[in-house]
Amino acid sequence: MIIITSLIQILFFSPLLFASENERWFNPELSNVLIGVIISFAFVLFFIFKGKKGKELYIRPISGLEAIDDAIGRATEMGKPILYSSGLGKMERVATMASMNILGSVAEKVADYNTQLIFPNYDPVVMAVAQEVVKEGYTKAGHPEAFNPDNIYFVTQSQFGYVAYVDGLIVRQRPATNLFLGTFEAESLILAETGNSIGAIQIAGTDSTIQLSFFIVACDYTLIGEELFAASGYLTKDPMVLGSIKAQDWLKIVIIVLMILGGVFTSLNLDFFANLFSIG
Amino acid sequence: MRRALPIIICFGFGFFMLIQFFVPHPSFVSSYESVLDWMQIIYVFTLLVGVANYVKINTKKISQTQSGWGYNLVALAGLFVMVVLGFWKGTRENTPFLWLFNNLQIPMQSTMFSLLAFFVASAAYRGFRARTKEATILLITAALVMLGRVPIGNMIHSAIPDSANWILNVPSMAARRGILIGIGLGTISTSLRIILGIERTYLGKE
Repeated sequence: MIIITSLIQILFFSPLLFASENERWFNPELSNVLIGVIISFAFVLFFIFKGKKGKELYIRPISGLEAIDDAIGRATEMGKPILYSSGLGKMERVATMASMNILGSVAEKVADYNTQLIFPNYDPVVMAVAQEVVKEGYTKAGHPEAFNPDNIYFVTQSQFGYVAYVDGLIVRQRPATNLFLGTFEAESLILAETGNSIGAIQIAGTDSTIQLSFFIVACDYTLIGEELFAASGYLTKDPMVLGSIKAQDWLKIVIIVLMILGGVFTSLNLDFFANLFSIG
Repeated sequence: MRRALPIIICFGFGFFMLIQFFVPHPSFVSSYESVLDWMQIIYVFTLLVGVANYVKINTKKISQTQSGWGYNLVALAGLFVMVVLGFWKGTRENTPFLWLFNNLQIPMQSTMFSLLAFFVASAAYRGFRARTKEATILLITAALVMLGRVPIGNMIHSAIPDSANWILNVPSMAARRGILIGIGLGTISTSLRIILGIERTYLGKE
């Protein structure tokens, strides 16, 4: 209801259509950003369309994702639970969204292996979404009766309170596998080192370059940067998602070419090329 | 319809948040601020969901005397004591609520944060063990950077701080920017998939 009210407000009660002529509808200082966004979207949409048509797309093996099956298998053999954490991110964070996409695939495999999946949450919205995602995973695997919503629960909104709880859980329940996928801050190393101390297999991934270095040292596998976002396509093999990942590779080529051209032009004291990318 | 409505809302709001970045018109600015205000309001209500779940889970573990139920009892007692004290005596200066917050909550949080120093040491020890060629390079680089950031590095040789700065500003920065570009592209791609309804895992049941 709140969302619908807000939509009505935006669509009908904003003086969107009745603005005076001197009020700008576009900030020309952001023209280059808009062009960049349009180019990026064009690439992504083109490859999604290509994927939809069934064109086979190759994605390089990602060792961290390949290891998820083994990690779940190990937990099953040891008769111990799997710990999943999406960190401190709220639902609007893209890293949390990516984490939920991975959780769906993990839940399916966990349901197949009949292993316990524990997911303590920092955010109540993420908790509600995670419950639905895991329930869907169990249903897809054909074991809806095995789903236990009590294993996905809210802990606290205090950063170090959450760490204290998860550390305590790791030490007491000694999970065989820890999956830290999402948004992590200063707590990343505390969680990963505690997990390391009990000998759990640990797979981590985040969009923070600072926390990545901690995960690389303390975890067995780390999804670096874009690998976290590519995970859902990699695990589900959805051709449309794979297509969008392929677009990222092509955009990287475009960026590399632009960087080389920038280097050449700037070395020749021709600043016009670098100025094309300045904002404001 | 159960699935279509969230996708339509997601598309509408996602598209609006995208174009508002380029539109400085006051109507868009005020609409954007309204959306942010609504997000705050909705968020407060979601906290109630969290608290209800917290009470339910802890009560269940206590009533079934599951292993470690004493911790759940402490957790529930902490929640109710703070709520009761907050409503009864308020949350301002010289209240039991603030005293408990300053003398229990903050020291406990600081203690957890302080553990990071020990974990950094243990992780660094493991990471820097020169077992392979790569680990040896990492060890030498880290030693150089650490020396370059403290006065003794300059006392040993003036080139050490310069080398440390070069390592941080050139190879380290290049690697970080490479990862950041990948994250940026991944974010664009994932956002577009969500806005267009291609990525639907977060919606749960079909």
